[in-house]
Amino acid sequence: MTAKASVMTAASPRPRAPARLPGNRTLLFTLGALAVLALGGVMTQTLANPYVFFAAFVIVQSVALATGWNVLGGYAGYINFGATAFYGAGAYTAAFLLKAFDASIFLCLPAAALVGGGLGLMMGYMTLRVQGVYFAIGTIALVVMAHTLVLNIDYLGGASGMALMAPEPPAWTGGQVQFVFLVMLGIAVLAVACARWIEISWVGRGFRALRASEEAAECAGVPTFKLKLSACAISGAILAMTGAPLIFYASFIEPETVFGLALALNAIAMPLIGGKRSWPGPIIGAVLLGSVQQAATITISSELNILLVGVVLIGFVAAAPDGILGLIDTLRKGRR
Amino acid sequence: MSAPILAVEGIEKTFGALRALGPISVALQPGERLGIIGPNGSGKTTLINCLTGTLTPSAGEVWFLGRKVTGLAPHLRARMGLARSFQIPKPFTGMTVLENLLVPLDHLHDVADPHVRAMEVLDSVGLAGRAAHEAGGLTQLELRKLELARALAGRPKVLIADEAMAGLSNREIDDVLVILERLNEAGVAVIMIEHIMHAVMRFSHRIICLETGLLIADGLPDAVANDPLVQKVYFGEQAHH
Amino acid sequence: MFLDQFVNAIGTGVMLGSIYAALALGLAVTFGLLHIPNIAHPAFVVAGAYVVAVGNSYGFDPLLVAVVALVPFYVAGLAFYEFYARLFERRGAADTMNALTLFFGVSLVVETALLMKFGTNQQSVNVAYVGQSLVIGLLSLPYRLLVPALLAPVMIGLLWVYLHFTHAGIAIRAVAHDERALSVSGIDPRWIKRHAFGIAAATAVIAGAALIIVGPVDPFGGRLMIGRAFAVVVLAGMGSLPGTIAAGILIGVSESLVAAFASPSWAPAVAFSILLATLALRPAGLFGVRR
Repeated sequence: MTAKASVMTAASPRPRAPARLPGNRTLLFTLGALAVLALGGVMTQTLANPYVFFAAFVIVQSVALATGWNVLGGYAGYINFGATAFYGAGAYTAAFLLKAFDASIFLCLPAAALVGGGLGLMMGYMTLRVQGVYFAIGTIALVVMAHTLVLNIDYLGGASGMALMAPEPPAWTGGQVQFVFLVMLGIAVLAVACARWIEISWVGRGFRALRASEEAAECAGVPTFKLKLSACAISGAILAMTGAPLIFYASFIEPETVFGLALALNAIAMPLIGGKRSWPGPIIGAVLLGSVQQAATITISSELNILLVGVVLIGFVAAAPDGILGLIDTLRKGRR
Repeated sequence: MSAPILAVEGIEKTFGALRALGPISVALQPGERLGIIGPNGSGKTTLINCLTGTLTPSAGEVWFLGRKVTGLAPHLRARMGLARSFQIPKPFTGMTVLENLLVPLDHLHDVADPHVRAMEVLDSVGLAGRAAHEAGGLTQLELRKLELARALAGRPKVLIADEAMAGLSNREIDDVLVILERLNEAGVAVIMIEHIMHAVMRFSHRIICLETGLLIADGLPDAVANDPLVQKVYFGEQAHH
Repeated sequence: MFLDQFVNAIGTGVMLGSIYAALALGLAVTFGLLHIPNIAHPAFVVAGAYVVAVGNSYGFDPLLVAVVALVPFYVAGLAFYEFYARLFERRGAADTMNALTLFFGVSLVVETALLMKFGTNQQSVNVAYVGQSLVIGLLSLPYRLLVPALLAPVMIGLLWVYLHFTHAGIAIRAVAHDERALSVSGIDPRWIKRHAFGIAAATAVIAGAALIIVGPVDPFGGRLMIGRAFAVVVLAGMGSLPGTIAAGILIGVSESLVAAFASPSWAPAVAFSILLATLALRPAGLFGVRR
């Protein structure tokens, strides 16, 4: 048998392509997202205790934060140690717009997204051409610099912070905190939808290829630098947008809490715990860690909280770098 | 003689004090089969990296399809139709074989249905049965076939095959040669870098030989094989022919 | 007046820069030579500062405490490397990002542990010469800056001699260059890297002493130092130890001038801007060793 004939035999009969992802997965997701939003609306009408909304706001904010972080950290593989710089940029952008122009929250959201996106783009452009390590180090320094910047701007309240009266929320929502909770829920749903789209589209595929072998991806036509910059911009925009509702929620912001360590740490720990590779991961991590922290907030000090999260972070990085989703995946593969 | 499809003009590449390549000028004609031989460290892979854009030459120009592409990013050259496979296979691990092919198809060669095109290409190299398999778990031969399939997916005009047959058995070498021959018959110019002499001799229209970054032979296979300089470089001073 | 300010800004800058070099020394070994981005190093320096403060509270001279603490810190460095290596060195280069997260987690645990043990109040040391200055014409050199500043060249000099004239030291430079070749010649690369980490940790406690002599330290002081430490290592050029002095001085003087003539609050941004500029314009640094 000649070489040519042997190859021909191996090739026929022609097998069918493996089953593809059915398009109705997206339909299911959209329905689910709408259901979540509707649930939020129902909550505002039926639940009387406003404390529920304070707690829910924090958890939903965590989901948005973790998802936004993961676009760059999990999909593209670049660790951002200073998520608070972007979150804070969004928070102060919104506060500035509210103070200077009495802007509605719906104007503050896209404005914050633009600022965060621009910041991410700048960081990426300056550091990613060299090595990913410098991006990570840069984000540590970025928080310090953002913090310093805000401390020096008196219009934003400086070190003592800024107190503002938020405008009246729409009557049907039942109150300020309910309204802001709904807005944050919308942001979280948007963030997750965005992350999911990236994951299943050619963009996500490009990221996976880039992480497997950047050289091969580049030679296969993947515009690696542009993709990395896009991830920086999208992640920065989501993180900043997550910070925008803060002034409307608390009517007061100060640099110490906005640029605080706990938030930056959570942004890393939540996707790590839940799973960095896929969009449900950050949600799982955010709900788990967020709920535990909410429950423990009275019993343990904030320092102990940070210490424990740090230990958990080390534990997961060492033993389960792909998070809970990764563990489930390994278990499933092991059974075969 | 028509204009070359791919050419380097006087390129050099130095790393600090080390001159790895050049000055060297090589031209590839459309539809040609060019073999590149030379001992380890002679600059073959450096030359390839300058062609694909992975490295920017310290001097000289690179031309592709009549355009000056020196300094153009690799992914843009890939879009113009320049494809390469790697000496040590670099599969996109964590993705299936099929997805590995979808990656270039996302960016090159507009197809109506990328899945169908991907299966066609996998079929043509004999990997259709492994389409759903994770890329990291393939055999050596399968990995090399995947390298080639990934390079072919976007219907390139030029394919650079960097030691695509290293470590394969004779029968497996034949398999790969058939793929490359069929590709060339469809009009694709092929550059083959190889150490396996009988394969290069069989396959190439023309062979060039590199040594310490310089061209020491350029001509028909038989002429190059009998060139005393080439023999000295490969076999040392003892060769007497 | 301007000349007075200017001259003293330069003087302060040079001394601060020398101290930054001392701080960055451990990083120059682990990141500059071994390419392991140990962002936990500044946290170790702060821990060293606290150890020195505790020793000082019993009446001992800070530098003496630091010298005594050298061996425990060296051992801690060995253990730290083992912990890191067991987790990551097997998995390959792609896991640098996960390793970074590990180092971040460790630095956080160290800082928070210090916070919980000692509270947010700053620690300082009582040394006879703090508060006095050496005056040369217009130049006023406070001893609290001068003494630590003189430490750095001594440390760097000793380390340089060690790396160039002892077997273990040369092996460290070799492992940075070509690990496989080193193991073929019979030396275990892992042992060497562990040893290098131990040395880096030992330098941390001396740098910590330097830091706390300069001024009070709080648990999160490491954060301000990270940008400076990496800026020094990158500007010096990866693998260049003597270069850290030059780089440190350049950064120190720039910061000092900005603090004197613009505003002190912008000083942290200076180091990082220099880091970015170096990466953009001259990635090999001033004295970079090309691989």
